Order: sequence, then structure tokens, then C-alpha cells
Amino acid sequence: MNATLRHVKYVATENLVTLGAFILFSGFVLLALFGPWIAPYDPLASDTLAALKPPSAAHWFGTDSLGRDILSRIVVAARLDFGIAVSAVAASFAAGSALGAIAGFFGGWADRIIGRIADTIMAFPLFVLAMGIVAALGNTVANIVIATAIINLPFYIRVARAEVNVRRNAGYVEAARLAGNSDLRVLALHVFPNTLPPMMVQISLNMGWAILNAAGLSFIGLGVRAPQAEWGIMVAEGATYIISGEWWVALFPGAVLMLAVFTFNLLGDGLRDIMDPRMRT
Amino acid sequence: MIRMVLKRLLGAIPNILGVIIVTFLLTRALPGDPAAYFAGPAATKEAIEQVRASLGLNKPLAHQFLLYVRDLAKGDLGNSLSTGQPVATEIRQRLPASIELTLCGLLLAVAVAVPLGVLAATRPGSWVDHLCRLLATAGVSLPTFFTGLLLAYVFYFLLGIAPSPLGRIDVSFSPPPTVTGLFLVDSLIARDGELFRAAAKQLVLPATTLGLFVMAPLMRMTRASMLGVLSSEFIRTARASGLPRSKVLYAYAFRNALLPVVTTLGMVFSFLLGSNVLVEKVFAWPGIGSYVIEALVSSDYAPVQGFVLTMALLYVALNLAIDVMYGFIDPRVGIE
Amino acid sequence: MNLLEVRDLSLEFKTRSGTVHALQDINMEIGKGETVGIVGESGSGKSVLSFAILRILDAAARIRSGSIQFAGMDMLGASERSLEEVRGREISMIFQNPRTALNPIRRIGRQIEDVLATHTSTLREDMKKKAIEALARVRIPDPERRYDAYPFELSGGQCQRVMIALALACNPQLLIADEPTTGLDVTTQAAILSLISELAKERKMATILITHDLALASEYCDRIVVMHAGHVVETAPVAEIFRRPRHPYTARLIASTPAPEQSIATLASIPGSLPDLRRDDLPSCRFHARCERAQEDCISKPLPNAAVRCLHPL
Repeated sequence: MNATLRHVKYVATENLVTLGAFILFSGFVLLALFGPWIAPYDPLASDTLAALKPPSAAHWFGTDSLGRDILSRIVVAARLDFGIAVSAVAASFAAGSALGAIAGFFGGWADRIIGRIADTIMAFPLFVLAMGIVAALGNTVANIVIATAIINLPFYIRVARAEVNVRRNAGYVEAARLAGNSDLRVLALHVFPNTLPPMMVQISLNMGWAILNAAGLSFIGLGVRAPQAEWGIMVAEGATYIISGEWWVALFPGAVLMLAVFTFNLLGDGLRDIMDPRMRT
Repeated sequence: MIRMVLKRLLGAIPNILGVIIVTFLLTRALPGDPAAYFAGPAATKEAIEQVRASLGLNKPLAHQFLLYVRDLAKGDLGNSLSTGQPVATEIRQRLPASIELTLCGLLLAVAVAVPLGVLAATRPGSWVDHLCRLLATAGVSLPTFFTGLLLAYVFYFLLGIAPSPLGRIDVSFSPPPTVTGLFLVDSLIARDGELFRAAAKQLVLPATTLGLFVMAPLMRMTRASMLGVLSSEFIRTARASGLPRSKVLYAYAFRNALLPVVTTLGMVFSFLLGSNVLVEKVFAWPGIGSYVIEALVSSDYAPVQGFVLTMALLYVALNLAIDVMYGFIDPRVGIE
Repeated sequence: MNLLEVRDLSLEFKTRSGTVHALQDINMEIGKGETVGIVGESGSGKSVLSFAILRILDAAARIRSGSIQFAGMDMLGASERSLEEVRGREISMIFQNPRTALNPIRRIGRQIEDVLATHTSTLREDMKKKAIEALARVRIPDPERRYDAYPFELSGGQCQRVMIALALACNPQLLIADEPTTGLDVTTQAAILSLISELAKERKMATILITHDLALASEYCDRIVVMHAGHVVETAPVAEIFRRPRHPYTARLIASTPAPEQSIATLASIPGSLPDLRRDDLPSCRFHARCERAQEDCISKPLPNAAVRCLHPL
């Protein structure tokens, strides 16, 4: 444990960028948790007199077409976007790694069927599949989560399968088997926990991707609906005004969205460095 | 050689089947009444029943599937509610616009990312290298729709360099006579230089937006692959044989490094075809992306299904093409 | 005059974990047509030395001092351009693992032509003929068909022959063979080495044979240079080195070379392992820790600049 902590400290300090990512990440988490209490204005309160006002002392990020405070909406949207991303990735991770672990451990028919499922999902351009799923199931936030979870399944299936496959014949697995544990127990209690570290990298990168996905779907009108505050939909609302010069309506939500995704990507890179410096890109 | 191509073709069949099955399920195994979906939000009870009968939605699922496949084979994707036109016709009309946009985005991305990746690999640790790595991480963080808006804002609104981001060609021009449907190609065939320039001008911003997102993985892969190849043993042999640096870099290193990059193209196309929709919305590009967005707004369901199916089949075809191309480039493929 | 002269060469590598003092005060020469064997354990610096001669070292390498003269040319001070002219034409090198040392996606005929195109003024029409001739000279069966082959279609032994063809295509004066037969089966080993031997004799080409196998070196070389931990410890003609090894390390090496009648139980080994070359406080004699004749002055007194670099030779 000590060695791990020392290594974490080494990576964090050696690479300022990773440290920065950790800090930003914590910032976003705080925002997601305490957003509604921090926001200066009610994100849904419209004030048509104050519509489309540029950034000022009263409204740091300006107001949108309905006079709502953009900063407040951005802060509150953090919770929604993070919520979607976390639920989608958690569901995807749970289902995908379970399926992948089974495929890697037992092989044979299980492997073939699960591989087919993953291949079929990957035969689609992923965003297009997400669109199809949300359109089919209905225009709700829950369905965005389901769609995002489904399109991320193949990644987890693949990583889990590969990691389990590598460890399947390791010494400690044989020992556990000989001690009388059933195959399933061996898989769940002995093999699987050892595959977690490499999957952490995948999870972090996926979070960024899940947020982009959700925002993209909302941008084209699928999932989140007005007047809810979500980064993607805010950019969509601001799109019409950007060409006439009211840049702040779209720019601030977009910039924050970009920053959030960037944070997760940097975090993923940093985690990768901690896990295995050889894999540095 | 032919055997390799045939093998690849056969390998694509399960994917095609999978795509057809999934799109079928997406439209028939819906929560709620599929007939109501297809009849539209404004339909009366009789209209819904009519739709149910005409689409065979009261039959058992397996029978419906056969009907579905039969219709597909005929090229029948149903009719759009809002326009009344067959979906297949509308998709065929609008597809070239999307293809032109996607191809230009890809070409742009490759033209920028690959040389940069090579440069970063041949000068490890330099500022070029660090810049490339930063761009690579930043690039995959860019929300495509946001970049598009930003570029439009900066280059059209602020700087006035780019033309108005509305459509494929300025209103003062009429499109070239249709041969391929790609304006760039058609205007060249019609030998109309001015038209070519006008079409190209409209393409710059949307293609750049599309390409920006995929530049990151391409550059990262090129750099990593090139670095790996440059430290391999056959490069050392080439150097020890006194081969000139340019030959070592290009004929020896680069060609070998390209192989994993070609494999990355599959993922690149997945992003491109998906982000296409977003870019078409931002720039009002009249392709199948904006077609499906309009359909979604009016809850017109058949076009959405047609769109998903078309994009998926296109993707399968593209992956097949990449596989075959790889088989041609790498002589080691086929020894199992 | 000697064809190649290495004088007082010292070389180090800068790494994350410190500076590796890879070579120190290396003195070596080889005359025209001679075959010299460089023998030592892995990590002794034999390959590094050969890379240094051809100047194809890693970017992290720094030459601290010394000189390398080839046919009167100063290799250390030469421009990259002039070095490119020497490599493959005057000095050639063949490597271990012949299959990975060839470009996997380029036909071997083309690879030979690349070398010919770089160093000779062969006309395009004659290229293919010359390449096939080169393949025939290294006794590759059916050279016309093999011209179109890819490395993965050939056996290890055949790949090594292709490498030799590549190396000898422009008739170099010196061939450096870096463990050319490690990884090949014994029969192929013999075939490859006798091929090299014959071709060298035919063209009066000098050869440096780098190997960890002393017995192998003794069969094919005129002189042997023994290296240990970045030092040359002994240089002597073959017959003498076996009859009367003067350095303790050489004696140990000879003793640990298995004879056909020996059983595994009686195999002698050399105790200890190579010293960590990153240390700044390395003793004068780097064999000190493993030597049973070691004395106090071996640590600090500088080694003699003779054929045997030992303060207390056998």
C-alpha cells in the first residue's frame, strides 16, 4: 500500500498536468454535488427583460434568450451531465465486465455468443446506434443513460475478457480451484478483482466520452428537454445566436463541457501512467 | 488474393445480419405501440389501425421480420410522414452531400494528423512532440458541435473570412449537373472552376470541424506506431547498410508504421459517421444528418429507421474496404 | 597499417537511472583479411562496440574519449553523409535474429536492390540480375524465385543468408557479424559460419565475429579479443589463448565451455555477475569482485595497456 501511495505521489508531482487534472476533477465533483446550493440564481427563472445580456458583474456568464442566468444553469447542469455519465458508465462497466469475464474465463459457447453481441454493437457507428435507441425507447434522460451504456458495452467486454483470459491459468487461480472453490467463485473473488486496475483507465476515458455522447444527443434534441439545464442543450439553444454575435450563450456551456471531458481524459492518461508507465503514449 | 477478399466478404455477412436484426428490433420491439409511432403524433385511431395493417404489425414477430427483409431487398424503407415521399428516395438524394462532407473531413484529418505524427516521432521530446501529445488529448475532448459553432463564430462572424455557414453552395450559384452528387467532383467534370471554388469554400469549415475530432486518434496512432517501428531491428539494418535517411524513413519506417494506422481507420469512420449528424445541424448541411434531425423533431419514424440502417450498412461496407485494403498492403495477412 | 584501429575508446549511456559506463579504454585493431573474434558474456559491451564502430548507436550514447580509425578515416569526427557512404559499402554488419532484422513487408530482392542502388551505379535494367547473383553467391537455392519472397516465407537460416547477401553486395572491406548464429540450430550455425569464412577468404575481407561462444570463435577466428563489463581484458591469437590464457576471466571462460564428454554436474560457472555499470565508484579492474586472484591494488591501480589487462596475470 505504501509503495502504491509513493508511486501515486511520484506520478502526481512528476507530472503537473496529472495533478491539475486531479484538482479539476475534484472541482467538478464538488460542483455536481453542491451545484444547486452554489448557483447564484434559480436556473429556471426567466426574466425576459434581462434577455441576451452579455457577461456583467450581475451575470458573470451573461443571460440567455429567456433571461436565465447562464452561470447558474451551467453549475446545475454539472449534476445532470455527471449523473448521466456516472450511471451510464457504471451500468456499462457492471454488465460489460461481467459478460467479458464470463467470456474470458469459460470460453467456448459463452465466449462466442458474447463476442457476437459485442461485434453487433460495434458494427454500428456508435453515436448513430445511440440515436436509434433513444428514438425507439423514448425521449427521456433515462433512455440516454441506457443508450450510452449499451454503446459502451463492447469496450468493457473486450478489456475484461482479455484481462481474465491472461490470468485464467495463473497459479493462484489453480490454488483457489484446488481449494474447492467453484469456477464462478474463483472468477468473482479471485480473478476479477485483479483485473480492476487496468479497467480504471478505461472507466475514466469512458466518462469523458459518455458526457460528450449525452451532450451530443441533447444537442440534436434527443433526451434532455427544455427547460432542463444540460450543457449540450444549452449549446444548442445558443447556436442560433452565435452567428449574430451573442457568443456567450453557447460559448460558456461549451467551454465547460470541453473542460470536463478534457479533465477525464487527462485523468485517464494519468491513471495509465500510474498503472503501467510502459504504456505511455 | 481473391481468396482473401472473399474471406473478408464472408466475414462481413454476420455483421450485416446483425445490423438488420437490430434495426428491426429497434422499430418493432418498442415500448408502446409501434403502429402509433409510424402513424405519427397527429394520427387518428383509424389511421393507426390502417398503418398497423399495411405494415403487418399485427402478425407474429418472425413473420414481420421476413416482411421487413423482403421490403429491404426491394429497397423499400417506408414513407416519410412529413413529406409523403419514400424514405429510400430521399436518402438517396441526400446521401452524396453527407459522403462529400465525410470524405473531405477524413482527407483533411489524414493530411494533418499523419505528417504531424511522423514529425513528432522523429523528434521525440521536442516541442513538436509535446504539442502533438497535447493536441491529441485535447482533440478527443472537443465536442464536435461546439467546435463547429466556435469556428463559425471566429471565421465568419469575427473575421469574415469564411462564407455564411448555411448549406453546400452560395445562393447565387446553381449546383453542377449531377454525375456523382459530390459537388467538388461534379463541378470539375463540368469544367466549372468558379463553381468548384464556391463549393470548396462552403466545405472548409464543416470539413475542418468533422476532421478535428478524428485528428487526435490518427496522430496518436501514427506517432506511437512510428516510434515503435523506428526502434525496430530492421531499421537498424537499414541504417547499417548506409541507406539514405529519406529512404529509411519513408520506404522502410513509414510504410510499416502505416499498418496500425489503417486499422485505426475503422474507429475513425465510426466517429465520422456519428459526428456527421452534429456537423450537419450546425452548418445546415443538406445531407442525411439534417434529414434525420428534421424527422426526429416531427416524430416521423420511418426516416429515423432508414437513417440508422443506411449508416450502419455504409459502416459495414467501409470496414470491409479497410480490411481488404489492409490485406493488400500487408503481405503477411493470410498466413494462418 | 591496420584496417581498423580503436584507441582508448570510452563510451557511456545517459539513462533515467543514471549514466551507464558501457565501454572504457577499449583498444582493438584488425588488419586486412584478418578474422577477429570478440568474445564475452551478454552485457560485456561487444555489440555496443560494434555499433560504435559503425556509428549507429542510440541517441543516448556519448563517446567520452578515444578514436576509431578506419582505413585512415576518422570515424568519430566524420559527417553523417560520409558515414552513410561507408556503411554497407566499406563496413557491413549482420545481426542476430535475421528474420526481424529484415523489413517484413518488403521483398528480399528489393531489399538487396536498395543497397545496390545506394552504393553502386548499377543500371536499373541490371538490378534484378545483380540481386539474384548476390542471392546465388550465398547459396540460396532457387534464387530467381526467392527474389520475390518475403522474409516470413524463409527459414531462419535462409534469412541469415539474405542478410549476408545484403552485407556483401558491395564488397566491403570489413564485415561485422554480431552473434549471427545465435538462435539457429547447430547444423545451420556451421553452414552459416563456414559460408562467411569462405566468402571472407575469397574477397580478402576482414571479419569481426562477435559471440558469447568461445568454442565457436576458436574454430573460425585468427585472433580473439575477450571482453568483460566494458573492458577488453585479453587479446591473443587463437592457439595461444587456449594453450595459455593469461587473464583469470579468460581461463574461467575456457573452463566453463562444455566439452562433449562432460556431464551437466561438472559444468563450471563463473561466480557472481557483471558489476552495475551505473556506479561511479567502479574498481579499476571490473572483474575484481568475481576473481579468486583479486588483490588490494586491483581496485585502484590503473590497468596496464597490454595484451593482457591484468595486474596479476596467470
